[in-house]
Amino acid sequence: MRIFFHVGRYFSLLGRVIARPERPNIFFSNIAKEIDVIGINSIGIVVIISFFMGAVITLQTALNFDNPLIPKTLIGYAAKESVVLEFSSTIVGLILAGKVGSHIASEIGSMRVTEQIDAMEIMGVNSSSHLIFPKIIAAVVINPFLTIISMFIGILGGYLITVATGVFSPVDYLTGIHMFPNDFYIFYGLIKAMVFGFIITSVPAYHGYFVSGGALEVGRASTKAVVYSCILILLFNLLLTDILLT
Amino acid sequence: MIEVNNINKSFGDLHVLKNLSTVFEKGKINQIIGRSGSGKTVFLKSLVGLHEIDSGSILYDGRDFSKMNFKSRKEIRKEIGMVFQGGALFDSATVAENVMFPLDMFTEMSFKEKKERVDFCLKRVGILESNNLFPSEISGGMQKRVAIARAISLNPKYLFCDEPNSGLDPKTAILIDNLIKEITYEYNITTVINTHDMNSIMEIGDNIIFIYQGENIWEGSKNNIFNSDNELLNDFVFASELYKKIKLIQI
Repeated sequence: MRIFFHVGRYFSLLGRVIARPERPNIFFSNIAKEIDVIGINSIGIVVIISFFMGAVITLQTALNFDNPLIPKTLIGYAAKESVVLEFSSTIVGLILAGKVGSHIASEIGSMRVTEQIDAMEIMGVNSSSHLIFPKIIAAVVINPFLTIISMFIGILGGYLITVATGVFSPVDYLTGIHMFPNDFYIFYGLIKAMVFGFIITSVPAYHGYFVSGGALEVGRASTKAVVYSCILILLFNLLLTDILLT
Repeated sequence: MIEVNNINKSFGDLHVLKNLSTVFEKGKINQIIGRSGSGKTVFLKSLVGLHEIDSGSILYDGRDFSKMNFKSRKEIRKEIGMVFQGGALFDSATVAENVMFPLDMFTEMSFKEKKERVDFCLKRVGILESNNLFPSEISGGMQKRVAIARAISLNPKYLFCDEPNSGLDPKTAILIDNLIKEITYEYNITTVINTHDMNSIMEIGDNIIFIYQGENIWEGSKNNIFNSDNELLNDFVFASELYKKIKLIQI
């Protein structure tokens, strides 16, 4: 039954979050700050993870496609499809759920326990909208860009591993990358990235916003935020795949 | 003036505020005193709308705050300044940005005007030189002063302070008390202070309300405290040997 309580409170919070900004200039300046915190500061980890992810996918596919009847170009094609359709959006989403999600939950949770949110409320500021809305907008906007970077770096990682290991020809890999282009797959990856951006900001913000107690509870909220964000990402990954690709 | 009429507040089965009524007068320092767990903080938070009361009414100069929705309350909230126990300063903002925040949100002032107002408020509380520091870089006493500066930045009609002296050394506590006193009289503000601090009660309290188990069981001035025959009040106020001696001297 607790789940209904949390779902109801989450949507009630969203109702207050998605409100007309009191000061558009402050709102847009906060979005810019959040894009920096959520997006720009995450580029490094996205690049590192995507590079190794692309390299490993390519290597594993190459090692498994050992039938001489299967053209080697399909390795590049399979690696590209895996990265574009699934890994870039979902893995980046899961990684950011950990990095950004814990940051948001602990930031807002600390503000709650130190009465900073109460101070805003007393001033007459809609604290939920002021604190959470810019984060959601920033993540929904920047997450697709991070996903595009991840797709590019992932494919590059696959190429460089073929050059470094010689497991198969880099030319075959590049030929495979250019096979059967389907723009919708990229579009599908970006839609997923936007939905995941919404999840990795709104769910941790919910957990942080309703913290009560002290530092221990902030830590617990942060952990819960990451766990629930990851579960929701996996669930929505399944739903979106079913809706958009079948 | 703030009128509180028969307010009740419960958390589940726990009845915290019981038919509590009082009047906080304009231009005076009203202090709420009582033991830990007596309901002081719940009372203060109910006054400013952080807790919704179950019944009764809270009137800000005749305007029924308890019956208003978020939008209508906003107008009254712009007239409220609050100093929290821990300061509640925004960690990610400098001292000046903290004081400027209400001005950014609720005024049409130019940046220059806002800067002048911030400087004025910081100068008023005596920490203008710290305007570029972050809250973590200043002492607890200075944080309280910044909180006071932020609370007065919009020229409030009502000032609420939740244990403004807690965690401060006696000298700094006196400074904070005097600052609140000066501001209250200077701007004719209705000030409500939640406190445990006996020095503060004896120094600046104009009107004192003693809450016991969620009920207002005694009300009067600091001078009346010495003559009161209310046992619960005497047990609380004159708990220490020092205050027992002071009472004997006074009598």
